[in-house]
Amino acid sequence: MKTFLDTVLAKANYQPVRLMSILRDVQAEYRHIPAEAIDILAVALKIPRTQIIAVVEFYSFFHLTPQGRYDILISDSITDRMLDKENLLSYLSSALKVKVGEVRADGLVSLNNTSCTGMCDQGPAGLVNGLALTRLDRPKIDEIAILIEGQTPLQEWPAHLFAVNDNIHKAGLLLNASFEKGTAIQAAFSNGTSSTLAELDYSGLRGRGGAGFKTAMKWRFCAEEKADAHYVVCNADEGEPGTFKDRVLLNSYADQVFEGMTLCAAIIGAKQGFLYLRGEYLHLYDKLQATLAQRRDENLLGTDILGLGLDFDIEICLGAGAYICGEESALIESLEGKPGIPRNRPPYPVSSGYLNKPTVVNNVETFMAAANIAIHGGDWFAKVGTEKSTGSKILSICGDCAKPGIYEYPFGTPIRQILDDCGAEDVMGVQIGGPSGTFISNQELDRKLAFEDLATGGSFIVFNHSRNVLAIAQNFTHFFAHESCGFCTPCRVGTSLLKNQLDKIVNGHGSAGDVAELEKICQLVKSNSHCGLGQTAANPILTTLQRYPDVYEKQLKDISYEPGFDLDGSLAIARRMAHRDDAAAHLSQVEE
Amino acid sequence: MTGTINLDGQTIPFTEGQTIIEAATAAGVYIPHLCHKPGYTPHGSCKLCTVKVNGRNCSACTFPAADGQTVISNNDELAHDRRRITQMLFVEGNHFCPSCEKSGNCQLQGVAYHLQMYDNHFPHFFALREVDASHPDILIDHNRCIFCNLCVRASQEKDGKNVFGIAGRGINKRLVINSPSGQLKDSDIAVDDCAAHICPTGAILIKRTGFQVPIGQRIYDHKQISEVALAAEGGSCSRPAAALAPSQEVAHDK
Repeated sequence: MKTFLDTVLAKANYQPVRLMSILRDVQAEYRHIPAEAIDILAVALKIPRTQIIAVVEFYSFFHLTPQGRYDILISDSITDRMLDKENLLSYLSSALKVKVGEVRADGLVSLNNTSCTGMCDQGPAGLVNGLALTRLDRPKIDEIAILIEGQTPLQEWPAHLFAVNDNIHKAGLLLNASFEKGTAIQAAFSNGTSSTLAELDYSGLRGRGGAGFKTAMKWRFCAEEKADAHYVVCNADEGEPGTFKDRVLLNSYADQVFEGMTLCAAIIGAKQGFLYLRGEYLHLYDKLQATLAQRRDENLLGTDILGLGLDFDIEICLGAGAYICGEESALIESLEGKPGIPRNRPPYPVSSGYLNKPTVVNNVETFMAAANIAIHGGDWFAKVGTEKSTGSKILSICGDCAKPGIYEYPFGTPIRQILDDCGAEDVMGVQIGGPSGTFISNQELDRKLAFEDLATGGSFIVFNHSRNVLAIAQNFTHFFAHESCGFCTPCRVGTSLLKNQLDKIVNGHGSAGDVAELEKICQLVKSNSHCGLGQTAANPILTTLQRYPDVYEKQLKDISYEPGFDLDGSLAIARRMAHRDDAAAHLSQVEE
Repeated sequence: MTGTINLDGQTIPFTEGQTIIEAATAAGVYIPHLCHKPGYTPHGSCKLCTVKVNGRNCSACTFPAADGQTVISNNDELAHDRRRITQMLFVEGNHFCPSCEKSGNCQLQGVAYHLQMYDNHFPHFFALREVDASHPDILIDHNRCIFCNLCVRASQEKDGKNVFGIAGRGINKRLVINSPSGQLKDSDIAVDDCAAHICPTGAILIKRTGFQVPIGQRIYDHKQISEVALAAEGGSCSRPAAALAPSQEVAHDK
């Protein structure tokens, strides 16, 4: 073990900030993080053992106990469920003779659920040893079971199991823009970086991650901060269920994204950039590394880029299964080798980000847009869209529609048109912006895609009338409880209370008072939580409760109070022990 | 640079770099808190000190005071939310005040009294948590940990050690000990460490000191936590901290 760890540590330059990549290597080698490795790493990196344990326990893909040599995780997003994921999971469980959440006795295989893997357009999806599996069905599961029992190395598995398609159905301003490598950097320097920033300002580009902060303003603030180092970070931790556009952009438009980062570096004075890639997109890692290597060969990265006197390079950091790391300050903590816990603000990352230096964190799509604006000009972008939302938006659309995939629209496009284009029929409602966004009903389809109306990071999940609103809210609420970082009380305890309270109602133990209480917990979590996760975790309940109160009502019992458990059922053990089963040994749920 | 903020209609001064809670405490205004303690890096996790700053909810312990700010701390809505957040802490762990030797000296209990919390309101989680009694002088009852991080900070910032850490995610968070076995006895904690005495609840206790002052004669049995906190944390009505500190802290100070 010592030899292996020495290699891993040397690769990471003995830098504690690279703890994530070190632990990924250890996990891949030993299928867990052994206690002995923790001791060795703590000494070698000069960090407390508790920091390593904290990181291991924080991220879903790290484990303190061994997982199977084939570690299978099945995506538990609502769209996977709509595609019969639950039946497939039990089929998989019996085919592999392993229970969900367990490791098979011979250690060959382990099986569990995981949060959305970003394959909602080609689910049911999963991961095997971190690599994406798509469009799972019974024949594929039979095939996988044979490969595993035969202990076939993953490299020899047939490629069709890992096929990931882009599914671009409608390209617009950005996806259709002509792009030649290096032109954005050349343009920025020939026009001068300050006038490039002015163009970016004029374009009106706002961050595409969802919050919508003006990009030029963020870059200017960061550039104005005096410090010995500045950093550029591309947030590719696309974890919002139903979102997968960054996956497609990184697969087919990576040069534009990297060039946008380089442009940002030129403007803010950064020498180092990071692409924080969610662990679920491991299948993109080698390809992206090759793209970076190619750019270094072409002098588009490295020292004195294109002879313009700019030094800049990009490193790829992989996450390890934590939705919260999409929050920019949690992402920075993760980059520093720590659990992804959102920081207190102020200070903001633009003044104190990575290693407490000024840092720009932007979404994948934002950097791509910025590169194109540098080439085509601010007006090219600004003349599309609406007054407060210029340009276009790339959407990932999935759920009940004929053509799930990627669509690009000018801001201001009505939702109805988008649904027509993707072949959505008999629509009951649409989840816009993922679980943290808004659930709109079919009465609101004339609303518009825009920061002024329906803002979104890019996720559209369509539901037809065969779907159950409560099941949707329940899936999303469980997701947030699972993904809460647990730092602050209202979110840590509150999301679990929300989950339990909603389950109580869905399981038929709810009364009118329980819905009122549910709503109160929603408000409490929303207004008191530390970061965006907690502040939006109640949205699935609040937005569905507002639009479908009757659905909730139908689920309630007629009495004013109903305990959350089966009282008579709880007495079964006592009856067995007392050898009694007469009428007096039974209790009705409540006195009526 | 100095300035003033408006706190619940009262104009109070602050100096550059002060947080809202620091300015409030200096002016003799108590804002409920558990994870905050003067002299330690602010944490902002318990959220009891949530105040409205220019209409937005912020943690008073981390948010900087700025000239002209309007801060609301004392209204029905915030009092209600603080009571609910405290109740969340009670149902998340296993807090049996009548059988806890910290009773009367416990800040969680003191805050609950202050916020007029008469029940736990939420269903209990009944978490399975263990007791670590391995150390000869110090006991950890994980049932009472509220993840305030004060022991972590005390060990790092005051004791120059790294005895504690918080691991896990969401509701599965747990206090971990930096020792090969994970037990306190194998760590380098000493009974005189600040970290052994800082716990605001009964999660970290010093053995054989529990009932030196009988329950009923302890701090929060007689005084509001607001009064105690302001005196200990540098309010205008300052008295020596030790006179009002929990008995265990008094023992430690000797």
